[in-house]
Amino acid sequence: MSDSSWTADAVREAQFGDYVELLKPRVMRLVIFTAAVGLVVAPNSVHPVVALAAILCIAVGAGASGALNMWWDADIDRVMTRTAKRPIPSGRVQPGEALAIGLTLSGFSVVMLGLFTNLLAAGLLAFTIFFYAVVYSMWLKRVTPQNIVIGGAAGAFPPMIGWAVATGGVGIESLLMFALIFIWTPPHFWALALFRNDDYKRANIPMMPVTHGEVSTRRQILAYAALLAPVAIAPAFTQIGGPIYFGLALVLNAMFVFGAFGLSRRSAAVATASNYRAEKWFFGFSILYLFLHFVGLLIEAALRGFGLNWAAWPVVF
Amino acid sequence: MAAFRDQHELHARRASRNIGLGIVLGVFVAVVFAVTIVKMSQPQSEDPRALNYNPSAAAAEATE
Repeated sequence: MSDSSWTADAVREAQFGDYVELLKPRVMRLVIFTAAVGLVVAPNSVHPVVALAAILCIAVGAGASGALNMWWDADIDRVMTRTAKRPIPSGRVQPGEALAIGLTLSGFSVVMLGLFTNLLAAGLLAFTIFFYAVVYSMWLKRVTPQNIVIGGAAGAFPPMIGWAVATGGVGIESLLMFALIFIWTPPHFWALALFRNDDYKRANIPMMPVTHGEVSTRRQILAYAALLAPVAIAPAFTQIGGPIYFGLALVLNAMFVFGAFGLSRRSAAVATASNYRAEKWFFGFSILYLFLHFVGLLIEAALRGFGLNWAAWPVVF
Repeated sequence: MAAFRDQHELHARRASRNIGLGIVLGVFVAVVFAVTIVKMSQPQSEDPRALNYNPSAAAAEATE
């Protein structure tokens, strides 16, 4: 690379898409979906315009925390293949710009959500952004292999915020939706860490496979999958659940535990030989697993909307 | 020649940024406007002392 081309690269101004990328649109999609489900399944109805505006605020807040995360983690993103093409390490966006965008959008999204809906929803959104950007990114991520166990809370808040938008409160239903994502996060990310181990080693991030080795990580994935099953099935017996969710959750959790059991019995040698096929399958399935649980809740809500109530269905919680 | 092309690319990137920001601001204004209309047209306070007291809403509530 000649000097002149380096200069041209360094002064390259960002285009709009680079800023959009800063907001982690793929993570945003899951946030929008889970927040929308939390809002829709709540017993109170919200005017569609207010609901849309609220979900937009939650999405922008999540994006803002993504921008703050990219600003803070630019140094490690640069050395990991998965993240090296992000806007800051690839030189398309300046770190200062990312920080400014992250802070501005954080402030706007929280204030607007508070004005559009209620203070609890806004407070939860503010706490989520703080938790992801400060507690997870700045503190836990580089310090402890429990980083994603605790940091998972940030990703688990959106359905609770959606619920708070509709009800103005917290309920056992929203707590269970929180718990579902919270306990799902460690096995999901550890499956990824198993086949991306070299990346995390190079970046010096203490992910479970780096610090405790593969065997221990595989055992922990199984433990969390087993712990997750009752939590994921429990919403079936609340007022937002029903037999369809119950059936779906039963099948999904059986597959999840079975998959985790399979992983726990694989040795590193077998995994390497198969190019981590089972681990990659489990990671992919974990995304579908979470998505379908929320789809199940949506179906139950739609049936209730059509006036179909399961009169004999036990609501325990 | 190269200098011209560089300039042109820079302008294209700036244009994309300006148009994008314009759309974002437009959407923001539209959202605030729409939510305002919705909130203002919803049944409001039944308390006669409240600034947003709505006698027809209170009456409708009473007849139900």
